[in-house]
Amino acid sequence: MNAIDVAGLTKRYGSILAVDGLDFSVPMGATLGLLGGNGAGKTTTIAMLLGLLIPTAGSIRVLGHDMASDRFAALQRMNFSSPYVSLPARLTVAENLRIYGHLYDVPRLEHRIGALAAELDMTELLGRPAGQLSAGQKTRVALAKALINRPEVLLLDEPTASLDPDTGDWVRTWLERYRAESGCTILLASHNMAEVERLCDDVLMLKQGRIVDRGSPTALLGRYGRDDLEEVFLDIARDRRAARAEAAT
Amino acid sequence: MKPAFRRVWGLLYRHLALYRRSWPRLLELAYWPVLQMCIWGFTARFLAQRIAAAPGGSLHAAALAGSALLGGVLLWEVALRSQMGVAIAFMEEIWSRNLGHVFVSPLRPWELVGALLGVSLARMLAGVLPAIGVAYLLYAFNLFALGPVVVLFFANLMMMGWAVALGVISLILRHGAGAEALAWSVLFGLTPFAAVFYPVAVLPAPMRALAFIVPASHVFEGMRAALISGVTRWDQLGLAFGLNLVWIAAATALFAYQFREARRRGALLGIGE
Repeated sequence: MNAIDVAGLTKRYGSILAVDGLDFSVPMGATLGLLGGNGAGKTTTIAMLLGLLIPTAGSIRVLGHDMASDRFAALQRMNFSSPYVSLPARLTVAENLRIYGHLYDVPRLEHRIGALAAELDMTELLGRPAGQLSAGQKTRVALAKALINRPEVLLLDEPTASLDPDTGDWVRTWLERYRAESGCTILLASHNMAEVERLCDDVLMLKQGRIVDRGSPTALLGRYGRDDLEEVFLDIARDRRAARAEAAT
Repeated sequence: MKPAFRRVWGLLYRHLALYRRSWPRLLELAYWPVLQMCIWGFTARFLAQRIAAAPGGSLHAAALAGSALLGGVLLWEVALRSQMGVAIAFMEEIWSRNLGHVFVSPLRPWELVGALLGVSLARMLAGVLPAIGVAYLLYAFNLFALGPVVVLFFANLMMMGWAVALGVISLILRHGAGAEALAWSVLFGLTPFAAVFYPVAVLPAPMRALAFIVPASHVFEGMRAALISGVTRWDQLGLAFGLNLVWIAAATALFAYQFREARRRGALLGIGE
């Protein structure tokens, strides 16, 4: 069974087609990257996967649950992290984690919070208000919140946005290790090509709501004759591949 | 604890933790009801003195007029605080840009509403009980002297406040932060029809018709009957309860519709912006 099955996923806002008939699956334990420029439909797709947004057409199944009719059963087993959604700033990190522990019905919650804090090297942050943390500390806390229920599917929207290279690398290393240990399925939307290349088994290249290419990072690099995904991204974003082919003929 | 209750407790805990860490928020809960009680208490005392001193006036009539005024102020605060409690608790999630996390958790919409009602009950008690204490200490007015029926007055006014609050949240889901001002103002607009300080009979006929469908008007008619005649107007209480059921059913349907529409329009992530 796949962790995520998406078929004909479409989202239309009036005359604007934000997501146009996406079909993809994510096998259990795999990491799928969603790549695309601003407005390509990445966030809209993630919002539909999380049940925040009702699709205009198509279907989504997460861990075998139909998100249209049975989304709460799926939500219990998944989680989400984004730098664009905050945690209550006045509450301490421990209080924030306690809230989400209750919302996800986490057993032995205090033990879980302590273990997560130790794993993410944030024990000293537990008593501090979430609003007083640095960007790097907030990212670690957001990850702790996203992992509080030991999710089988983890959706990450630009997890290293606005982080310095050192902290970004720490997060990526941590995610690699976590996936290897837990077998968690990850869907990652990012603008950081090196991150996608390093973490993802497969990549969907989105443009104007459509999948314009897909494959493993290695396959995409080979197909476009490029050394890194950033060049592949630019080829797609600027239609350079077609221009190069035209010039060659 | 059952998972559903634990999720409701999770959101309740969020607000309790917030109030524990913020004394201005705690102070704000009781500030306005106590201030209202002080102002209207002195006003009631002044009016009672004038009534007692007027030719043909009696101390009993003066005391009743004062009591009706103070009882109205206190009970109306129950509706106001209940409504604001729900709406402000919801807006706290918007202000902290936390709604996205809440709505992608397994928390069901009805559990969210249950938690908001719990927060509202705690906020109302924290605001109104000190005002009731002030009324007793400064003006010798004991609301609980009306008897157990006070609980029914409270319950009906809370239900009406909650119904209005669900309507306000529905408007916030539809119109975003632009509708926030309604959280403070909408129930004040119903005050003329709620007959808080005067009987419905003094209203012009078209306004009487409107007052009839406002549950609070029947509660306040009942309160005055209890104060003046010492009788419990079960007919008025029954009408208030029946109307409240209709109001809550309508507000719940509106909330469910607007919640689904917000999910359709993608409004849940960017609602505070």
